[in-house]
Amino acid sequence: MKELRFDAAVIGGGAAGMAAALEIRRRGLEVCIVERDDELGGILLQCIHNGFGLHEYREDLTGPEYAERAVQAVEQAEIAVFTRTTVGELASRAGQSTLVCFSARHGVLKVSARAVVLAMGCRERNRGNLRIPGSRPAGVYTAGLAQRLINIDGYIPGRQVVIIGSGDIGLIMARRLQWLGCRVHGVIEIMPYPSGLTRNIVQCLNDFSIPLHLSHVVSRIRGLERVEGVDVMPIRGGAPDPAGQFSIPCDTILLSVGLIPENELSKTAGVQIAPETGGAVVDATMMTSVEGIFAAGNVLHVHDLVDNVSEESRLAGSFAADWLSGRRPARQMRILPGSNVRYVNPSRVDPDRGSRVYLRPLIVKNKAQLLVSANGRPVKKVVKNHVQPSEMISLSLREQDLAGIDAAGVLEVSIS
Amino acid sequence: MKSGSDLFDVLVIGAGVSGASIARRLSSYALDVALVDRECDVSFGTSKSNSGIIHGGFHHSSKTLKARLEVRGNALFDQLQAELGFPFRRCGILVVATHNDEMKVIGQLYAQGVENGSVGIEMCSRRRMLELEPLLSPDVLGGLHAPSGGIIEPYRFVFCLVESARKNGVSLFTGFEAERGVQDGGRWSVHSRDGRTLKATWVVNAAGLFADDVSRAFGAEEYSIMPRKGEYFLLDRSTPACPSRVLFPVPSHNSKGVLVIPTVEGTVLVGPTASEIRDKRDLSTTAEELEKIFDYAKRLVPLISQSDVISSFAGLRPVLEGEDFFISFSSKVPRLVHVAGIQSPGLTASPAVGEYVTELLGKGGVPLMAKKDFDPYIERIPRLREMSAEEAEKLINADGSYGNIVCRCEKVSEAEVVAAVRREHTTLDGIKYFTRAGMGRCQGGFCTSRILKIIARETGLPYERITKKGKDSYLLEGRL
Amino acid sequence: MKKELTCISCPIGCAMAAEFSADGAISVSGNQCARGEQYAHDELVDPRRVVTATCRTSSERHPRLPVRTREPCPRELIPAVLSRIYELVVPVPVHLGDLLCDVQDVSVIASRSLDE
Repeated sequence: MKELRFDAAVIGGGAAGMAAALEIRRRGLEVCIVERDDELGGILLQCIHNGFGLHEYREDLTGPEYAERAVQAVEQAEIAVFTRTTVGELASRAGQSTLVCFSARHGVLKVSARAVVLAMGCRERNRGNLRIPGSRPAGVYTAGLAQRLINIDGYIPGRQVVIIGSGDIGLIMARRLQWLGCRVHGVIEIMPYPSGLTRNIVQCLNDFSIPLHLSHVVSRIRGLERVEGVDVMPIRGGAPDPAGQFSIPCDTILLSVGLIPENELSKTAGVQIAPETGGAVVDATMMTSVEGIFAAGNVLHVHDLVDNVSEESRLAGSFAADWLSGRRPARQMRILPGSNVRYVNPSRVDPDRGSRVYLRPLIVKNKAQLLVSANGRPVKKVVKNHVQPSEMISLSLREQDLAGIDAAGVLEVSIS
Repeated sequence: MKSGSDLFDVLVIGAGVSGASIARRLSSYALDVALVDRECDVSFGTSKSNSGIIHGGFHHSSKTLKARLEVRGNALFDQLQAELGFPFRRCGILVVATHNDEMKVIGQLYAQGVENGSVGIEMCSRRRMLELEPLLSPDVLGGLHAPSGGIIEPYRFVFCLVESARKNGVSLFTGFEAERGVQDGGRWSVHSRDGRTLKATWVVNAAGLFADDVSRAFGAEEYSIMPRKGEYFLLDRSTPACPSRVLFPVPSHNSKGVLVIPTVEGTVLVGPTASEIRDKRDLSTTAEELEKIFDYAKRLVPLISQSDVISSFAGLRPVLEGEDFFISFSSKVPRLVHVAGIQSPGLTASPAVGEYVTELLGKGGVPLMAKKDFDPYIERIPRLREMSAEEAEKLINADGSYGNIVCRCEKVSEAEVVAAVRREHTTLDGIKYFTRAGMGRCQGGFCTSRILKIIARETGLPYERITKKGKDSYLLEGRL
Repeated sequence: MKKELTCISCPIGCAMAAEFSADGAISVSGNQCARGEQYAHDELVDPRRVVTATCRTSSERHPRLPVRTREPCPRELIPAVLSRIYELVVPVPVHLGDLLCDVQDVSVIASRSLDE
């Protein structure tokens, strides 16, 4: 059995994994990336639309273009890359981790590393999670699977489409399908507001006159062998109202109803998961509850901008490198989500070095005030032109901001 | 086949658990046997969507045929597992009483179990029940424990039965919907909807939900099979609400109740409900029934949570008036055996049904000469998720495709998917039942693209012709 | 002719209205900044979109190549651009940024490199 040893092992070769590995390598350490797909790039390879890299590169790139920059850097940096290799087991003890990996080429590969960066990304919420009643015909796909089938494999799932959920992936796919000559008959969204970016509502729905049914649910999927249609009900008084039911004939259903960080491997290693995010609980150095295991990117919390993923993952990589050289924060302060904030990641900050935190609002508001307070006293105020739940906020807490706060202090971020 | 003859000794209609068991049993004799099914693959009817329980022999009166066959069938599963290698675990069954009047019913069930010969059955106090199953609701007053009960993967079982039958000479014809049976000089001419014809001396009607249609097609008895739908939820294998035994409530008038079932593969099944419907093809799940399931299930295991749901599905019980198995010669037409109304405990009873029908055929004049070269064993393919790292290493060195993980949730390798396709499971569902790929928490989000590629590569089928479950269930519309 | 539109210049997403007035000028209302005014103006006079799609390749390993218009493309040209893209069969190897075809002033380029 092949046994290899590295200073750090990164699980996942998408935007997060590559950024973390590059940073670790930049610090002169031996690092490998384990990637289950044929090549590096992760989900970016199938996100052929543009809008990536506006912050990271100040350019408007497609997913593959963004990925290729990182892939080239990884190739030049002498990072060991194992593609078509799946991590089957992750075990960790006293700061030493072992990955048992499967690949056709290497057989069973045992990778030992002191530091591990979890960068496995997400899986999609599906029909099963939603318990959508009805029959089980062919033609029901999650939007990401449809995206892969279309953009990588080169097949059209179907022609007459209904999309459940107004998340960005679904909206992007609506446009993609229309540009392929299919017809998207409607987007069904349970909330009273769309969950995707306005830009996508305009360019993916309005441009094609695709109806958006807010506050509606699909109450039933119909079709014996293949999808034949959906029943749709409006939400009235907080519940689906059968009196308002209507049907949309279609042969394909796409589900864009949310992403779940893929932490099954993390759980087997004993990593504590936060219920609010579905990702690991991490401290100010993005280290999980298991010594030496760090997490970054979508596996930590679902991002909307890959630019934030790269930034966050570089940080995780640099913290992993710090940890490997014995550097740890002298102290850490807890930071909690306050009013109108869903969560804050990481859950601790380093007052001596400063920290970058990422948070999600619970409300939609223009000219919103972001307030960081400690023990009830204001520490930092930021005015945001616009906040909405589907847009993650990145906030820098500098050393100066946190100076003078009692070490046992608890920080809170709220939005008003 | 006897050389130069296109005549079978026995034609079994329906490759569900009953037909497959009969065919396998017959294959141990020197007979030419054909097994046909209307679907594109075996086990695609009721046998793929049921509770997967090997019952404990106490639910039915010893006066019924089904009770006798249930106990006999139950006893045969260890040997069958040794021969065929399907997943099976004799984990035991608990029937839970939460009211005093339910304890009376428990007493009746116990008496029935004793009379039927249910091995090891015991009446339990509240304390004993909680000892056997700590996850039980604190409302439990007492109950019944049947250690002979167990769990299997029913579709794997049927696949194994059919593979064994074919290994021993049985011919399988799928996509064969028997539309008409005509007597033609002492033998049956069986015509399928798509124009094929098979001839056989004897016909066994094990057509499940469609046994009444087949009977009519042969000019035999007129009876009605009414579908009784049962809906289920499947819970993630990581749920804390996984009992160690199958949990039953006290039965109702038309069903054994909503159960909490630890499946043999580690997930939890909750269900089934029971509602009479009309359409034999209606496998839809409904919001109302699904709500009911949780109400009932939580009475057994309070920890059960809707947030653990990864999938839901429905199955149809083929209900015949009288509610017993109808296994008998036709009294209207010659050389036809009915095997109808096989609802629960059909899975449990199936090995005994195979024996019973074979005996009947023997009595009817079919020559039963044991085959010397009958081989009860089938090739077992290794499954990556069951291997240690060392075993996996050997496997991958011998066959690299064991190292390509196709289904990450259930840890299924490419080699297993290829094995499924080479066994003629060429639909997404057939591969799912054989390998478990697609049954996990991501419900095919990751593996579907890869499985399609493998099917196309192994069969030469263009992507657009690959189906989810046969007929018109095409997955893709076309190529870009 | 009045056009109602949602601005996409920033996440606020102002609901705007834009119309041609009698003297041929465009009047925009509902915007909170100059970017909004420019966006409304462009949407009325010269709406453009970046088009992204995939086209066929000669590769078995990578049957599809992601492509994009180098610049935003006039909306009325989009069907012609898509049509042209769907006709392509790009030989490998191909390099990110390679020019694949032109439709009037619109250049379609490869969005990734493929060695095989």
